[in-house]
Amino acid sequence: MRNNDGFTEGIDWMTVLLYITLTTLGWLNIYAAVYDPELNQSIFDFNYSSGKQLLWIACSLVLVAFLILIDYKFYDAFAYIIYGLVMLLLMLVLVAGKEVAGSKSWFEIGSIRVQPSEFAKFATALAIAKYLSDITLKLDQKKTIMVLAAIIGLPVGLIMLQGDTGSAMVFSVFIVVLFIEGLTPIPIILGLSSGVLLILALLVDKTILTIGFGVLTVPIIGLIIYKKRHFIKPVLLVVAAYVFAIGVIFSVDYVVYHVMKPHQQNRVKALINPDGDPLGYGWNVTQSKIAIGSGGFLGKGFLEGTQTKFDYVPEQSTDFIFCTIGEEHGWIGSFTVISLFVVFMIRLFYLADRQKMRMARVYGYCVACIIFFHFLVNIGMTIGLFPVVGIPLPFFSYGGSSLWSFTILLFIFLNLDASKSHVL
Amino acid sequence: MRQNRLKIVVFAVIVVALIYLLKLFFIQVIDSHYKDEAFNNAIERKIVYPYRGIIFDRNGQLLVTNTPVYDITVVPKKVKIEDTAEFCRVMTITLEEFKEKMAAAKKYSKVKPSSFITQLSNEDFARIQDKLVDYPGFEIIARSVRTYPHQSMANALGYIGEINKAQIEKYGAQNYRSGDYIGISGLESKYEPFLRGKRGVKFVMVNVRGVEKGPYSNGKYDTLSVAGKDLYSSVDLDLQKYAEYLIQNKVGSIIAIEPKTGEILTIVSSPSYDPNMLRGKDFRKNYVKLLRDPVKPLFNRPLMAMYPPGSTFKLINALIGLNDGVIDTSTTIPCNRSIVNCHGSHTHCNLFESIRVSCNPYYVGVFKKLLNRDVSPSRFKDTEIGFDHWREQVSKFGVGRTLGIDIPNEKKGQLPTNKYYDKIYGDGHWAFSTIYSLGLGQGEIGLVPIQLANLACIIANKGYYIAPHLIRGIGDRHHKLKDYTIKHNVDINPKYFDFITLAMQAVVQRGTATMARSKNIQICGKTGTAQNPHGKDNSLFIGFAPMHDPKIAICIVLENAGWGATAAAPMASLIIQKYLTGAIEDQAREDYVVKGNFIE
Repeated sequence: MRNNDGFTEGIDWMTVLLYITLTTLGWLNIYAAVYDPELNQSIFDFNYSSGKQLLWIACSLVLVAFLILIDYKFYDAFAYIIYGLVMLLLMLVLVAGKEVAGSKSWFEIGSIRVQPSEFAKFATALAIAKYLSDITLKLDQKKTIMVLAAIIGLPVGLIMLQGDTGSAMVFSVFIVVLFIEGLTPIPIILGLSSGVLLILALLVDKTILTIGFGVLTVPIIGLIIYKKRHFIKPVLLVVAAYVFAIGVIFSVDYVVYHVMKPHQQNRVKALINPDGDPLGYGWNVTQSKIAIGSGGFLGKGFLEGTQTKFDYVPEQSTDFIFCTIGEEHGWIGSFTVISLFVVFMIRLFYLADRQKMRMARVYGYCVACIIFFHFLVNIGMTIGLFPVVGIPLPFFSYGGSSLWSFTILLFIFLNLDASKSHVL
Repeated sequence: MRQNRLKIVVFAVIVVALIYLLKLFFIQVIDSHYKDEAFNNAIERKIVYPYRGIIFDRNGQLLVTNTPVYDITVVPKKVKIEDTAEFCRVMTITLEEFKEKMAAAKKYSKVKPSSFITQLSNEDFARIQDKLVDYPGFEIIARSVRTYPHQSMANALGYIGEINKAQIEKYGAQNYRSGDYIGISGLESKYEPFLRGKRGVKFVMVNVRGVEKGPYSNGKYDTLSVAGKDLYSSVDLDLQKYAEYLIQNKVGSIIAIEPKTGEILTIVSSPSYDPNMLRGKDFRKNYVKLLRDPVKPLFNRPLMAMYPPGSTFKLINALIGLNDGVIDTSTTIPCNRSIVNCHGSHTHCNLFESIRVSCNPYYVGVFKKLLNRDVSPSRFKDTEIGFDHWREQVSKFGVGRTLGIDIPNEKKGQLPTNKYYDKIYGDGHWAFSTIYSLGLGQGEIGLVPIQLANLACIIANKGYYIAPHLIRGIGDRHHKLKDYTIKHNVDINPKYFDFITLAMQAVVQRGTATMARSKNIQICGKTGTAQNPHGKDNSLFIGFAPMHDPKIAICIVLENAGWGATAAAPMASLIIQKYLTGAIEDQAREDYVVKGNFIE
């Protein structure tokens, strides 16, 4: 048990307030998404997602009490054990899990389904933070990097085996945390440039790209040779970059048609050419954009949306919950929600940064970055800026697993933050 | 270094948020096509059909009304039937029919309603209605069909039917679309723009599977349908029925008009059919049956059957002769039967007598006086000038042109022009001797019965007519079309009509139409017997009553019924009696008329 005076002492109330605001807005939008004007059901009706979500929220509040009451040392002491247990669950789900929509990532206990991959996020974050709590470890050491790669790689591998690529992708955001902590930016640069090149290769003819990049490279090399005395190394670097780019460009076809599954190919196609097949692979994105776009500046009003609640938008209460916001509350609503998220994330980065304990700091970065990744991908896909990846919008999307995992993720950090004064 | 890297990440967060807000601004505020797409997606435009106007007779009896029929629709997904046998019993269908209908419905859509049983009768509806609550997924939809609470007037009332493509193009897609009903003949057609009302539009929300989800924006954009206007007919349904009763088993027409107003009291085309045949689900079957019927029940004789007017036409020639001064009331012409035959024992007569006994040679004489007035030395030229003048006068009586009755397909009959004779006989090679039979209403002249009835009106009105019409009120009792308020003058001095009226009274009292005589009513009339190349002569009678202040003008044409006096005249008398006194004087006469069977 915590050994300080009041158990709420030191809690960052601003973050708690943002959490409550986002969760409440999420609940209202879930109600709007499943609302049927013919039935005019109550928001508390447990036969509908809105009633159930209220139950999940109530459970979350109980969870919050526990998470805050537990002494911060518990997380430090049990980090690896928690990680280990969750990894065990990830393995177990491969054997005893239930397959839903192509992913075998759910446990079914009675009528309740639990998705252990959701909990892998905070467990991995805890493990990374615990490992890096040793301040002698530097992120330019091979061993450190290897261990971290293993900590991250294990859940990624297991989740990929479940067939849930979307959830696995979330773990890539830990690289950003490690980057802040001193990791070389090369993986991020390579990752981002690969992404950009991939899109370019799909949009522009490959020959043009090859020649284009060549034409760009030659003057750069010339400039380096002219300006620098020791030009061998930089020139080689530029040439290597060129070869890398061309490699990525020419591997695109292979990646798209051999590595990706058909539904993933379609999602990439939908991103590149959303109007290509509006009733087929483009359906989700097209309908999502119609729903959001039809909201206008002020929106159609609460419960007045037609696209989201009449099933035009798929997964309207889970992955595409942002459509309901866009349709019913317009650009003003979108602006409000995005702003809330931005304030929330910046607050988390700020809180993380002020930690004196490295573990708490790294964990804080992890929390902020995980939320950022979900924010980036989820909203991005609803407006056609990101391929459709089935990951939830934190605190908004319907579902107990998702809500609880984000609640646990967040409140462990708020506990650590509240206890910072006890460290020194 | 860490601080800087953190700044980079926070900066990236803000940049992403700004890009998203910008993109959202584009699709939500700047680009409006998403709004249209959303509307097309989820909002369905539904037509609300107005109530079609109904038609009353002159005394407020219903001529045409709407009765609801009930269709039962089914949404297969919602159906829960525990006892199929019981359900089939309620619906009075067999198990096989049930399976067939359900399969068809499922094939169409599991979630959208499709029709299960159409056009339930009122009795079935009442029986099924209460029990249907036990069967979810089934719903009763009320529609309305035209109904006639009588079997009369079919050809005048007309019928409605599904619109065809050409009609949609003609009347505009804003008013009709495929599958709509439109008046096809009779009053239903002529008054279509009034009867149909204005369609309303209802916007309903539908989900991605097309299932209705309630009104859009609480019905803010919906427009109400406006019911069609009711029509008030001048027809007296009781008189109509009586006329139809009299003309049974005979081919012909009866038209009775209130002369002062041109309002038609009765319009009978015989043989006819029950107007209820051409409605609802048996329309097609019955229509084909009627079309193939050898007695042509769909042929609207009062407007379309052309007959030589026979002796009734003598009235026109007499009036023109008087007005032009070629004869006067005392002109006597010998009954020279070498040119045309005559009847009776008279050897010569004056104008009055010529009408009373319907002397043929007299009118050959009158016609000669009309045509040859020695205005040109050439016999041919003289005839042509006289003919043109005569023709112009005759045409003022509504002969040879349509009168403009408010039922479509009115024929104009035939009134030859000089060109017509030029064509037959060669330019200018025809004279009085070629065309004298026109003087007797025979030859190249043809009138439809409505024109003959109109002639009776002109004489009753002493010189004018109002185009005959069936509708005297649109929407309310006294709001008729403007065309039916215009007096058409025939430009004949009214004093000559007094004379002709007296003569026509004599025709009924002691002339050729004594079978039309009435004890209580002064009936004026004129018989006609038009030669019929196809068989027995057609029997004609025109007349009006009472002599002073006529209330009813009548025309009766009976095909192949023989001499006008025996068949048409008594029938006219009975109808006049019925209309003016509400009773008939002589049951024997009615029995005689009804018994007459001239079809075979």
